Amino acid sequence: MMSFLSYFINGVSLGSVYAIIALGYTMVYGIAKMLNFAHGDIIMVGGFTVFTIVSTMGGSPVAGVLASIVVCTVLGVTIEKVAYRPLRDASPLAVLITAIGVSYLLQNVALLIFGSNARQFTSVVTLPPLKLAGGELSISSVTIVTILSCIVIMIALTLFINRTKVGQAMLAVSEDRGAATLMGINVNGTIAVTFAIGSALAAVAGVLLCSAYPSLTPYTGSMPGIKAFVAAVFGGIGSIPGAMIGGILLGIIENLAKAYISSQLSDAIVFSVLILVLLVRPTGILGRKISEKV
Amino acid sequence: MKKRVLSLGLAAVMAFSMTACSSGTSEETEAAGNEAAAEGGEEGGEAAEGATFKIGGIGPLTGSAAAYGQAVQNGMELAIKEINEAGGINGYQIEYNYQDDENDPEKAVNAYNTLKDWGMQMLLGTVTSKPCIAVGAEAEADNMFLLTPSGSAVACIAGDNAFRVCFSDPDQGRASAQYIGEHGLATKIGIIYDSSSEYSDGIRESFVTEAANQGLEIVSSEAFTADSNTDFSVQLDKAKENGAELVFLPIYYQEASVILKQASDKDFAPIFFGCDGMDGILSVENFDTSLAEGLMLLTPFSVDEEGSQDFVAAYEEAYGIEPLQFAAGAYDGMYAIKAAAEQAGVTPDMDVSEMCEAMKGGMTQIEMDGLTGAGMTWNEAGEPNKAPKAVKIVNGVYEMQE
Repeated sequence: MMSFLSYFINGVSLGSVYAIIALGYTMVYGIAKMLNFAHGDIIMVGGFTVFTIVSTMGGSPVAGVLASIVVCTVLGVTIEKVAYRPLRDASPLAVLITAIGVSYLLQNVALLIFGSNARQFTSVVTLPPLKLAGGELSISSVTIVTILSCIVIMIALTLFINRTKVGQAMLAVSEDRGAATLMGINVNGTIAVTFAIGSALAAVAGVLLCSAYPSLTPYTGSMPGIKAFVAAVFGGIGSIPGAMIGGILLGIIENLAKAYISSQLSDAIVFSVLILVLLVRPTGILGRKISEKV
Repeated sequence: MKKRVLSLGLAAVMAFSMTACSSGTSEETEAAGNEAAAEGGEEGGEAAEGATFKIGGIGPLTGSAAAYGQAVQNGMELAIKEINEAGGINGYQIEYNYQDDENDPEKAVNAYNTLKDWGMQMLLGTVTSKPCIAVGAEAEADNMFLLTPSGSAVACIAGDNAFRVCFSDPDQGRASAQYIGEHGLATKIGIIYDSSSEYSDGIRESFVTEAANQGLEIVSSEAFTADSNTDFSVQLDKAKENGAELVFLPIYYQEASVILKQASDKDFAPIFFGCDGMDGILSVENFDTSLAEGLMLLTPFSVDEEGSQDFVAAYEEAYGIEPLQFAAGAYDGMYAIKAAAEQAGVTPDMDVSEMCEAMKGGMTQIEMDGLTGAGMTWNEAGEPNKAPKAVKIVNGVYEMQE
């Protein structure tokens, strides 16, 4: 029982990281209607920023986290402005390929600057592990911080979108971009804000990811990025609670499959579940029903 | 519309995930290659009076296994310098050229072809198993003499042109189980291995077989793959839950450093026991070496033992760090080539295939006292015969064990 709880909590923790990354995917997709494949690599940039400030320059972890949020936000908005905005009216395929290009660009620039040797990331959370049931169940502090951050971020994001003007503008752009323009909403500005928030989330995800799984390379973001994209689709892409549920479910399934079925097959099982869910509910768990407009 | 974008995205994600893992830096490789070529060229300039032996080396100078490749390059360079100063092989000087393969089989084959264009006559390489198997097939087709300092997978020396300095994977697994059993380190053993690596899986297999003979109980055997090598919480939990007193890690140092970190976060402190791939763990950037305290590994070489002092001093003077056993393996490999070439009377004017035939004979006749073993001999299959040694990390340095 204790071991089941331990697997379960680790799964929720892994899933929370996926969820925070998936939130970035899902917001950008919901509002700009594009898949930002560079999202995973922004996570990596966030990780390296913290590493440089904390481990190389000896700064405080708080400064590192703040700096990485700033760097990622600026990077995300810049990428949007330089690479995606000129393609706003181009075919979705062109935008998709551009996003993949940006992803490789970021990876290779990181390779040039940092080299491909892996670094051990110093966790920014240094509290002792929490011990329950007389020490039988030990939960690391990073796990707790990850799960809490995920909940806080989701609540804040939901409030932001439903209660603020900018949030309402995002909803409007997501509903109908043309009509939103006619109503006087600055579409480009709104999309830029979306990218800024998504990238700031990526920075937070990067810090949590590297703290929990302390290995940092220029490819650190690519696999979690792909899994988080799957989580976003799983939960219903475009839906914020969907990304959350998708991410956490994915993490739990992955860990329990590893523990009780086979540690070799866990990825295969995760993706099989995705296929099954999409067969039954093509728009994901919380996805809106799509009626084709004629 | 939405649907179309989505399906497009899913298709792209598949293509993307397939390429994401294998992408590397061709530029860096080229740069490293050019440097190595330039170095080789300079050496050549000095010794250009007569014919020279052209010996190639291949190994990862960048990437996750870079510590191994760099150590091999240094060990090889040091041995060649000494041999050249002492008059070369059969009176001929040695030129060498070392290429980066980033621990990637495709890049290793490219490096092999680059070296062939350069005029390589014998290959001391490659360093890691997968690239070695790929290059081994090419070298066998060319009948090029190949001596790998550290390629331990069985298939690395499948061709009869190939020999190795290190132990094979089955030998390492067997020797590890014997060592643990004979020294009574533990009876309940957990294993965490990389199922996507021949090296790791090969050691695990023979370890499990021998563990049964030694009366060791394998309480958990959990895998990970190259795509999921950052989260080991489940694998560690399983070992902990099943009461493992010793966790056997037949993996490379990079993942091992993450495992040690996560185990300490979980307050899980069994004995960790690794093989030669664990060598290098103290050099991971930003790694808290106190986590490796008490870690044991089976390695044929230790900087503390008698007989390696001169090598260690020369190596530290030249490169500023302590040599890994990979450096010692490469150093021994170079001297084995010298001994075999002198035994068989090989000269640089022979063609590649002719030289290989002569070297094959020479290798099986020599007996050599090297850094990685006394009285080393080779059989026709290319396997060395020597005794393993175990070391333990105490106060951040290797300490020899009985």
